[in-house]
Amino acid sequence: MINKEQVTILSSKTIALDTFEMVLNNHYISQHAKPGQFLHIYVEGHTLRRPISIANVDPEQETITVLFKRMGAGTQKIATYQPGMVLDVLGPSGNGFYIDSNDSTVLLIGGGIGVPPLYFLGKTLAKQGRKIISVLGFQSKQHVFYEQEFKALGETIIVTNDGSFGEQGFVTDVMDSLGQYDCYYSCGPLPMLQAITAIVPNQKGYISLEERMGCGVGACFACVIPTADEAGYRKICKDGPVFSAKEVTL
Amino acid sequence: MSQLAVNLPGLNLKNPIMPASGCFGFGREYSEFYDLSKLGAIIMKAATGSERFGNRTPRVAETASGMLNAIGLQNPGVENIIKHEVPFLANYNTSVIANVAGSTLEEYEHVAAAFNDTEHVHALELNISCPNVKEGGIQFGTDPEMAARVTEAVKRASNLPVYVKLSPNVSDILSMAKAVEDAGADGLSMINTITGMQIHLPSGKPLLANKTGGLSGPAIKPVAIRMIYEVSQEVSIPIIGMGGITTAEDVLEFLLAGASAVAVGTANFQNPFVCVEIIDELPHVLSKYGYESITDVIGKGVSV
Ligand SMILES: Cc1cc2nc3c(=O)[nH]c(=O)nc-3n(C[C@H](O)[C@H](O)[C@H](O)COP(=O)(O)O)c2cc1C
Repeated sequence: MINKEQVTILSSKTIALDTFEMVLNNHYISQHAKPGQFLHIYVEGHTLRRPISIANVDPEQETITVLFKRMGAGTQKIATYQPGMVLDVLGPSGNGFYIDSNDSTVLLIGGGIGVPPLYFLGKTLAKQGRKIISVLGFQSKQHVFYEQEFKALGETIIVTNDGSFGEQGFVTDVMDSLGQYDCYYSCGPLPMLQAITAIVPNQKGYISLEERMGCGVGACFACVIPTADEAGYRKICKDGPVFSAKEVTL
Repeated sequence: MSQLAVNLPGLNLKNPIMPASGCFGFGREYSEFYDLSKLGAIIMKAATGSERFGNRTPRVAETASGMLNAIGLQNPGVENIIKHEVPFLANYNTSVIANVAGSTLEEYEHVAAAFNDTEHVHALELNISCPNVKEGGIQFGTDPEMAARVTEAVKRASNLPVYVKLSPNVSDILSMAKAVEDAGADGLSMINTITGMQIHLPSGKPLLANKTGGLSGPAIKPVAIRMIYEVSQEVSIPIIGMGGITTAEDVLEFLLAGASAVAVGTANFQNPFVCVEIIDELPHVLSKYGYESITDVIGKGVSV
């Protein structure tokens, strides 16, 4: 269930170009959050909250880690927040990644600021003894983050668009060479998700979507995605942000 | 009558606070935050004759002190609303107002008539002011003659009191208000959103897929107050006021301008508890400014 919670900032630091890691303290969210869920963060002076994926949770320490990219006025403001400050958040919001207990090898495919939710997922899956392969795409060397964290979970391939780090190209360029996996999980820019679902249309997979949100709880119909089924749509904030790759029309 | 109560056509409200149409869905999501029986009333999301999927995304954009939306009246259609949503709201001890939308006169009549046979809907809000659909809606809301015609048609089709929701996108709000009053409206609801646009610098193009959207939130409050102030002096039917309300002080301002009750829209997105927090705060704000009750305040700002 979504609660309106006060979270305390324990630390905030830059981990790549315009990319920040913030560690938050809150009992309720740290005990209930699942991989794929997000926090809807109130930003002083802004009408709309900002949805930010949960990148990690430590239930013992009661901490939640979020990563975000400084893009618009909202994330610019969050980037100035200092440890000790208290934030008003709604969470944990949305549905997390579906995990099939029969899968033994999973592929994580992240693009840019779509990488963070896959870390929480990867850590959870690794703990359950599954084999993890990660393909992470970034614009350039300056944008790369969490390489070591993912390497600790399993084989990790970094791809940069300009070739300044790891392999050059797009995440889809290396997908052929990976061998067998039971399921993929992906989060990133829409063109990347479209390319992936087109390359492996018959592969079981789950994707996490981003969209500009209004209420973030399913009431306002701002963030919808078309589907081919009878319902005709899903709400990204409430029914998602994770969907089966076959469920939605990208 | 208790301090916060107000009686309006078809609506005996225990307090004057209701969530605005389109900003609260059909109540389900917010019922997980608090007991909806605390609300004076609930205005449901717009209903059209059949299911509508709305506009492409992005559908919302933040602005200074507000937001633009171009949802496009996405809703499951009046029959589904009556079958699946009204029964849910009937579980709560609060009044239910149905927001009626359409593209043609016939569609408005059809939707209004469908709510007749529904117990638990206490009034209609006639939405002739949605700026976000291509056909219909808004032209009924910008031409006094068309507004009068759709009001008459809906009054004929319905047994329920009809509150006509006015668009601020007109140069003469008074003639709109008078036209629908003469056509038989039982009340007014004002204001809907103000048409606006935002250009996205990285793409150089309008940010919303629909290009234009409706501006809501604190940015539009002075416009709403001015329009209600002007209209309330010239009509004798009650006004449900809305536009940028976030606090109990804002509510007082709307009542002083001449509104008899208010709706809270965009503020729900920032704070899901905003309606109940305002209800709890209202008695303190009333006494702070020396008023006994809600009915004591209504229109005080306009009487000389
Ligand atoms: C996302 C959104 C959806 C809306 N949908 C409707 C609607 O379906 N019918 C309607 O009459 N008004 C609709 N409105 C207008 C509101 O009911 C209200 O008149 C307006 O937003 C001003 O109030 P506010 O500033 O408190 O939001 C919508 C507003 C928003 C922000």
